[in-house]
Amino acid sequence: MLLAGILFALGLVGLLARRNLIFILMSIEVMLNAAGLAFVVAGSRWQESDGQVMFIFILTTAAAEVAVGLALLLQLYHRYKSLDADAASLMRG
Amino acid sequence: MDTTFYVAAVIAILATVMVVTRLNAVHALLYLIVSLLSVAIVFYTLGAPFIAALEVIVYAGAIMILFVFVVMMLNLGPHTTKPEGIWLKPRMLVGPCILSAILIAEVACLLSQAGNARQGAVFVSPKEVGLALFGPYLIGVELASMLLLGALVGAYHLGRRKRERMETRDVVDSDAARNATGGDIVRSGTGGPSRAA
Repeated sequence: MLLAGILFALGLVGLLARRNLIFILMSIEVMLNAAGLAFVVAGSRWQESDGQVMFIFILTTAAAEVAVGLALLLQLYHRYKSLDADAASLMRG
Repeated sequence: MDTTFYVAAVIAILATVMVVTRLNAVHALLYLIVSLLSVAIVFYTLGAPFIAALEVIVYAGAIMILFVFVVMMLNLGPHTTKPEGIWLKPRMLVGPCILSAILIAEVACLLSQAGNARQGAVFVSPKEVGLALFGPYLIGVELASMLLLGALVGAYHLGRRKRERMETRDVVDSDAARNATGGDIVRSGTGGPSRAA
């Protein structure tokens, strides 16, 4: 549980501190992973399989979120590149 | 079991710190893969081998491949050959390699003692997970399938709109070319680089 908390905090720090869209998406991945870890730890603590089921759902959500997020990122990148090359290379979100 | 858990946890935290603090997206991706693999080992030591396999396959496999593809797509262009030389310095690969080597040693250690009884961790078999997943959580499975379908359609739509706009830009460009050349579009088209390619 402590590991899950630390990982979640790190993901949150990354989400807040970085201004690069790719890093923000990666931080969201870390946070979802930490939430899933908390579910699995709780499930193994009480000897239930519900935690692992919840982790499968979190995995599905993360996959969907990454697909849409990366499509949005590509869209933003192409739009900024047509406007300003510097904004595109920095990818300021 | 406890030592492997703590070593994997420390590796996960280290790799995640490196993910957040890296400046280069490719380095951060390497450390993120290491972090996900170590979390998978944590799952294994917690008595959830099915979830550990899912973590490796889906997270470290599929989702990271998506990230790698997008990073490579964003870096298209001739001006990136010089940064690639900087990225491919072997010094940058040392950190993830060391962490992954520790993880591989852990996996070998776990596999060597796999025949023994698992102590300290409650083992939840994949069968129980499947029974719970398709028993009381059946509506959740359906919702997840709808979510994935929505994500698929949404990602396709977001990726498609850009191509449509490029096509309209091509049409506008060819209109401008036709106006500039007084209708002699064929000769103006053969002069420039072919945009249809």
